[in-house]
Amino acid sequence: METLERLLLGHEFLAGIDPALGRRLVGCARNLRFAPGEYLFREGGPADEFYLIREGRVALELHAPARPPIVIESLGGGEMVGASWLVPPYRWGFDARATADTRVFGLDAHCLRGKCDADHHLGYEMMRRLLPVMVRRMQAARQQMLDVYGHPPA
Amino acid sequence: MSPTAPPGPDAQTTPVLLDRAGLQALVDALVARGFDVIGPTLRDGAIVYDRIADIAALPAGWTDRQEAGRYRLERRADAALFGYAVGPQSWKRFLHPPEETLWRARRQDDGFTITPEPPAPAPFAFLGVRACELHAIAIQDRVFLGGAHQDPGYAARRQGAFLVALNCGTAAGTCFCASMGTGPRAESGFDLALTELIDAARHDFLAVAGSEAGAALLAVLPTRPAGSDATAAAEAVLARTKAGMGRHLDTDGLKERLQANPEHPRWDAVAARCLACANCTLVCPTCFCTSVADHTDLAGTEATRVKRWDSCFTADFSFIHGGSVRASGKSRYRQWLTHKLAHWIDQFGSSGCVGCGRCIAWCPVGIDITAEAAAIRAMPGKAVGEGKGGNA
Amino acid sequence: MSAAPPAALADPMLPAPWRVRAVRRETADVVTLDLVPLASGVPCFAPGQFNMIYAYGVGEVPVSLSGDPADRSCFVHTVRAVGAVSAAIAGAAPGSVLGLRGPFGSAWPVDAAAGHDLLIVAGGLGLAPLRPAIYRVLARSERFGRIAVLYGGRGPAELLFRDELAVWGARADVTVAVTVDHADPSWHGHVGVVPRLIGQIGFDPPNTVALLCGPEVMLRFTATALRAAGVAAERIHLSMERNMKCAIGLCGHCQFGPDFVCQDGPVLRYDRIAARLAVREI
Ligand SMILES: Cc1cc2nc3c(=O)[nH]c(=O)nc-3n(C[C@H](O)[C@H](O)[C@H](O)COP(=O)(O)OP(=O)(O)OC[C@H]3O[C@@H](n4cnc5c(N)ncnc54)[C@H](O)[C@@H]3O)c2cc1C
Ligand code: SF4
Ligand code: SF4
Ligand code: FES
Repeated sequence: METLERLLLGHEFLAGIDPALGRRLVGCARNLRFAPGEYLFREGGPADEFYLIREGRVALELHAPARPPIVIESLGGGEMVGASWLVPPYRWGFDARATADTRVFGLDAHCLRGKCDADHHLGYEMMRRLLPVMVRRMQAARQQMLDVYGHPPA
Repeated sequence: MSPTAPPGPDAQTTPVLLDRAGLQALVDALVARGFDVIGPTLRDGAIVYDRIADIAALPAGWTDRQEAGRYRLERRADAALFGYAVGPQSWKRFLHPPEETLWRARRQDDGFTITPEPPAPAPFAFLGVRACELHAIAIQDRVFLGGAHQDPGYAARRQGAFLVALNCGTAAGTCFCASMGTGPRAESGFDLALTELIDAARHDFLAVAGSEAGAALLAVLPTRPAGSDATAAAEAVLARTKAGMGRHLDTDGLKERLQANPEHPRWDAVAARCLACANCTLVCPTCFCTSVADHTDLAGTEATRVKRWDSCFTADFSFIHGGSVRASGKSRYRQWLTHKLAHWIDQFGSSGCVGCGRCIAWCPVGIDITAEAAAIRAMPGKAVGEGKGGNA
Repeated sequence: MSAAPPAALADPMLPAPWRVRAVRRETADVVTLDLVPLASGVPCFAPGQFNMIYAYGVGEVPVSLSGDPADRSCFVHTVRAVGAVSAAIAGAAPGSVLGLRGPFGSAWPVDAAAGHDLLIVAGGLGLAPLRPAIYRVLARSERFGRIAVLYGGRGPAELLFRDELAVWGARADVTVAVTVDHADPSWHGHVGVVPRLIGQIGFDPPNTVALLCGPEVMLRFTATALRAAGVAAERIHLSMERNMKCAIGLCGHCQFGPDFVCQDGPVLRYDRIAARLAVREI
C-alpha cells in the first residue's frame, strides 16, 4: 500500500498535490497492466474507472461502419485517459487500446466521485488538474479538425 | 541623368528665360539627340502623356478640375501650356511599362534555351514632370534599383531618361503634395526645371538646370537672362499653387497608427464602398507591383514570359495554393493604404505616397486616401505592427 | 545625354537550365528531384533558402532546397503536386530540363544556435525546408545541447523521409518524435497535433532555439506552445509562405506587413511577427 501511495502521488497528473489530499485517492486506486492490443475500455461501456498511464501507449479510436477504425489521439506515460467517468451518464465516448505494454493506475469512479462530492476541497483539486488537460485536448482536436496538412479544396 | 549620379557642382545654373519658340527648340534639340520626347497632350477628355514633336500638341488653354471621383477638363482664361495639375497617367507607364516581355525560351531536343528581350532602344525625354512625379520616380528608383537585386529593364530606361520638370502653376482639388513634402516646387532629380510665366505681358518659361546634361542642353537653346521680376513671378506662382492645395494629409504618427490598427472599423466601412477595381493602384505613380504570365505558341516550340502591372486589389494577387490570403475587400484596401503610408517607410525609407491625388480623382466611388488615413489616425490602437521582421 | 544603351545588368529574372538527374517518389503526390546545372557549377546555399523553379511554358514557383548543403554535386528539391506548375515540376522525368533561379531568401540560424538546445519542428511538407538544417546540425551535433526533431503529418502515408527519420531516430545525439493527425490502428506511433509532442521531450526552454516549418496554423499553435513552455520568442524562427512572382523584392506579391517574404524571409523571427501572425488576411 505504501508503494502504491508513493507511486500514485508521483504521477505527473498529481504532481505537487497536497499529500494529505492525495492520500485520500489511494483507497480508490489499483495497478493494472495491458498487453498491446488489449482494450482499456470500449465506446459506450460504463466509465467506471479513471486511468492514469504510468508507462506505455494508449490509442484512442473511433470506428464507423464500412470504414476502418481511426486513431484520433495517442497518449503516453504521465497522461490521463478520459473524463467520461465524471460526466453523467458515465459512458465512454471512444475505444482505448493499448498499443504497447502499458501500466496504468485505475481509480474507481464511484469511489472517486463519492470522495469529491464529500470533500469539495478534493473535488476542486481534481477539477483544477482535469480542466487544463481537457482544454488542451479540445484545442488539439480543433487543430486536427482543420486538417492543415491536407489539400485545401481548390 | 543617371538616377544615382547627383547633379554636378555647376548644376542649378542661374535661371534663364525661354519663350515658346525656345520651348520648341528644347523639344527639337532632344529629338535631335535621339530622345523619344514624351509630353502632355489631350486625348479622350484627359491630359495624358504621349510622344510629341511639336509644342502645338500641348494642352494649351486647358486645365483639369479634380475632386473625389471626378476629373474634368475646362478652358482656362489664358493659353498656358502646362496649366493643369496631373492626368490619369504618370511617367511610370514609360519607365515601368504596363507590359514587358522578359524573355523567350526555345524548345530544343535536349531541353530549352532562354534569351532575354533586348531593352527598348530610344531613351526617353519627359517634358512636364511635376514635383510630385519627380519624387515618385525617385521612389521607384529606390524600389527597382536600390535593393539587393535590380530590375535591368527599368535601369536601362531610367539611366537614359532626360527629365524636364515643370513647376506647378495650378493645384487641383485633389492635390496634397505640400503636406507630403513633395511639391509643388521641383527641387532635385531633374535635368531641367521650368516655371511657366504667363500674363497679359508675357508667356515665358523660367529655366534652371539640375544636372550637367541639363546645363549643356540649356547652353545651346535660345535663352534670355532672367531678371529679378521673372524670378519673383516664378516664386509667386509657386506660392499661389502651394496655397491652393485642395487637400491635406497629416502624416505625423500616421505610420504607427496605421500599423497598430489592422482591425479598425474604418477598414470595414471603406470596404463597403470599395469596388476593388484597382484603379487607384494603376494611376498611382509609385505602385510597382507586377505579375508574370507564361505563354507558349501553339506548337510549343517557343515560350515567353511577360511581366504585367498587377494590383493588391485583385484576388489572385495573394493566391497561395488553396486560396487568397487577402480574400476580403477590407484586407485588400488595408494592404493598399497601409503599404502606401506605413510599410513603405520601413521598406524604402519614405512614404509611398507623393500626394498627387490621382487615386482620389480616379476612384469610381470617390474614396479619398486623405480622409481614410485621417479617420484611422484619429484613433489610437493596440500596437500590432512590430516594424520589419527579418531574421538577422 | 548620349542615346547609347547603358551596359546591361545581369538579369535576376532569367532562369538557368538545370537537368533532372534523378527522381525519388516520397508519397503519393510528393517527389524529390536531384537537379544539376547545364552551364555552371552548383552554387552554395544556406538551409532555409529556396529557388524559383520554372516548368517550360507552364510557370514558375518557389520551392525550398531540401538537400544537404554540404553536397555540392546537385540541388535537391522536394515538391508536392498541388496545381499546374508544381504538378509539371513533380512530373519532370529524369533527363528533362527545368529552369532555375536562386537561391533566394533568409536562412535558418543554424550556426547561431550552437550552444543551445535545438528543437526542429516540422509539419507536413515543412520537413523538406528543414532537412538541410538537420543535415548541417547532425554533421556537427556536438556543437549543440539536446537536439530534437518533432514532425507531424496528416497520416502515416503522407510522412516524408520515413527512412531517414528512422536513421536519425536511432542516433544517440538526437531525439526524433513523429505524430500524425489520424491513423489506422496499424500505426503504433503518436497520434495528435505537433504541439503535443513538445511536452513529451526533454529540453531546457530558456536555453532553446526552435526552428518551425509547416502550414501557418500549425506554426501559430506550435509557437504558442513553445512560448507557454518558456522558449523565448526571439529564439523561435519560422518559415512563411506567400505568393511569389519574382523572389527578389520587386513584384510586391509576397508582402507580409512590412516584410517581403522573398527577401526578409522566408525564415522570420517570431518575436517580430507574432502580432501580425494573429491578424487575419494580412
Ligand atoms: C518560400 C517558399 C518555399 C516553398 N517550398 C516548397 C517546397 O519545398 N515544396 C513544395 O512542394 N512547395 C513549396 N512551396 C509552395 C509552392 O510554391 C506552391 O505549392 C506552388 O506555388 C503551387 O503552384 P501551382 O501552380 O502548382 O499551384 P496552384 O495552387 O495552382 O497555384 C499557385 C500559384 O499559381 C498562381 N495561380 C494559381 N491560380 C491562379 C489564378 N487563377 N490566377 C493567377 N494566378 C494563379 C498563384 O499566383 C500561385 O503562385 C514553397 C512556397 C514558398 C513561398
Ligand atoms: S496614393 Fe494616391 S495620392 Fe498618393 S501617390 Fe498614389 S495616386 Fe498619388
Ligand atoms: S499599394 Fe498594392 S499595388 Fe501598390 S505597391 Fe503596394 S502592394 Fe503594390
Ligand atoms: S516575390 Fe516578388 S517581391 Fe517577393
